[in-house]
Amino acid sequence: MRNVSFVRSEMLAEQTPPLTSIGVIGWTRENLFNGWFNSILTIISLYIVYSFLSFLIPWVLTPTWKATSLNECREINTALTGHHSGACWGVITERWPQFIFGFYDRSILWRPILVFVLFLATIAPILFERVPRKLFLLGPVFPFLAVWLLWGGSIWSPIFSFLGLVLGYLVWRSLKERVNAVILLLSSIGVPIIWWMFLTEPASGLLAEMIPYEIQVLPSRDFGGLLLSLTIGLTAIFCSLPIGIFLALGRQSDLLIVKVLCVWFIEFIRGVPLITLLFVASTLLNIFMPPGTNFDIIMRVVIMVTLFSSAYMAEVVRGGLAGLDSGQYEAANALGFSYWKAQRLIIMPQALKISIPGIVSNFIGVLKDTTLVSVIGLFDPIGLTTVVLADMRWNGVYWELNVFVALCFFVFCFSMSRYSMYLERKLRKEN
Amino acid sequence: MAKLSKEKLARAEMLSSNEDAIAISEMNKWFGSFHVLRDINLSVKRGERIVVAGPSGSGKSTLIRCVNRLEEHQSGKIVVDGTELTSDLKNIDKVRSEVGMVFQHFNLFPHLTILENCTLAPLWVRKTPKKEADEIAMGFLEKVKIPEQADKYPGQLSGGQQQRVAIARSLCMRPRIMLFDEPTSALDPEMIKEVLDTMIELADDGMTMIVVSHEMGFARQVADRVIFMDEGQIVEQNEPEEFFNNPQSERTKLFLSQILGH
Repeated sequence: MRNVSFVRSEMLAEQTPPLTSIGVIGWTRENLFNGWFNSILTIISLYIVYSFLSFLIPWVLTPTWKATSLNECREINTALTGHHSGACWGVITERWPQFIFGFYDRSILWRPILVFVLFLATIAPILFERVPRKLFLLGPVFPFLAVWLLWGGSIWSPIFSFLGLVLGYLVWRSLKERVNAVILLLSSIGVPIIWWMFLTEPASGLLAEMIPYEIQVLPSRDFGGLLLSLTIGLTAIFCSLPIGIFLALGRQSDLLIVKVLCVWFIEFIRGVPLITLLFVASTLLNIFMPPGTNFDIIMRVVIMVTLFSSAYMAEVVRGGLAGLDSGQYEAANALGFSYWKAQRLIIMPQALKISIPGIVSNFIGVLKDTTLVSVIGLFDPIGLTTVVLADMRWNGVYWELNVFVALCFFVFCFSMSRYSMYLERKLRKEN
Repeated sequence: MAKLSKEKLARAEMLSSNEDAIAISEMNKWFGSFHVLRDINLSVKRGERIVVAGPSGSGKSTLIRCVNRLEEHQSGKIVVDGTELTSDLKNIDKVRSEVGMVFQHFNLFPHLTILENCTLAPLWVRKTPKKEADEIAMGFLEKVKIPEQADKYPGQLSGGQQQRVAIARSLCMRPRIMLFDEPTSALDPEMIKEVLDTMIELADDGMTMIVVSHEMGFARQVADRVIFMDEGQIVEQNEPEEFFNNPQSERTKLFLSQILGH
């Protein structure tokens, strides 16, 4: 008969792994020379990387930063290597302010720079927990301050526009306990809109006559370069997330009309190319406006880009909502949370966390899509390259300009991407 | 044995003098065209402990989910603590704040710590001050014997611990009625006991409870009444002793032989 009985008399002690499977040697073996086929692949890849870099590095490292024309670059490069292939960086030295600020008046560049610094201060408490919470107070003020600093004009228009926000808050606070959620939402959004449409301009005009204080006005056509891209891109990014959330919730709503409107909006916007919307913004929109109204072109573009990205945002958020267990809604209901409180405290924190990768790639997409405005005659960095190329001295420096523009965008897009990874890591640590 | 039944008799007398905590009459519910609850009549006295058993799909979960309006009934009447459940949101809110619910899959909020899970509803629904809410929560966490886990996240706890947190979370809203929807059927055998012990303790405190469960030991020990459901109807109800020892309907006999047979 077979004996199956076994009793362990003592437990085994832990041992260290063999040397060849840990440390540098272990890593190299595991990842680069794991079998003869992989070793050959590694060597071939190394050769490809080497030949690419041996072309790229000499091209990049040319002492042409002080050249004032393409011909001068070529002379410098020929003197150095015998042939004139090599980057011509003089154009960047000369034109970089234009790529960043467009045609913005050079004497008041402190204004956009200040706006950028304020912007960083405004988003810092949203991005990082350790930043003093008091900076949140900048949030509601910043948009009005930024518009005023960028476009200039009387100090009274941003103040009165800001008052609209205060008004909305007051309406919300006084009605909060008395009316139902829909009326509350409509009235606390509607009152400020009426204020902005009919009262802001006359009121601020009146005060501007009595106590005039204004800074130099800059027309929208002077905006350009990264300043333009960031103005459009960042505004669209920050507006599209909340709009997208509401659209996603609307799409799942039990209220038929809300649901149908949201679905149609999302599907229409997603079915239409952004360029079409931009053309509508630049040409058609004025036809629908009452004659005489001058609706700023950048404002129109911002609205279109925002609508465009919020439709995509809505679908990303909907994906996050779908990833949640229905038990979360039930638990929230059973504990007595109202719909909005449940969304805010329980559903959205989880749904948005799931959607972080999608949301951030959407953000990145929006920022890069702003380069499409060159099609309707605005001078974003891509649009500016044609301006520079029109200069006889620089005619022919395509690569350097595009590399520079690419780098500018890369800085912003890559930081967003890194931030999202940081955020995901941080939130994963939490549970 | 005689002493036990005397106790039981006293308890039954006490219960019958109490008012109704839940009164369901002629209630019907459909999912689409599927008639899931058929002519349900049930009244639960304050302090009464009821165990609902039955095969899956018999409508027992749906029944208790109707009591706090997680499901809407289409006809008949449900009165909870004197408030009738209609589409009036105010009534629903009132009932939900009186009724606590524990789910099969715990449904803790994974993005919040154990303590935050317990204080979220008191803070935002009841508007309890933070300090007080924390104290209440710690009190109930101690009652379910896991105060030391307060700062962990649900994902770091075992199933049994999570379910005890879920019970504590419900209790923090100071409910007068507790509903349990198969609270132990997603748990490992080793953890079922700790959850049942918590529920027994709760029963001893006089909580009105409706428990959907197949834990027949628990039913014998704690229940005042066992209800057996099949095909959306109440087939049989009786005191636990009678229910288990002397079932009347053939369907009940079959069910009991199947779950007690191995």
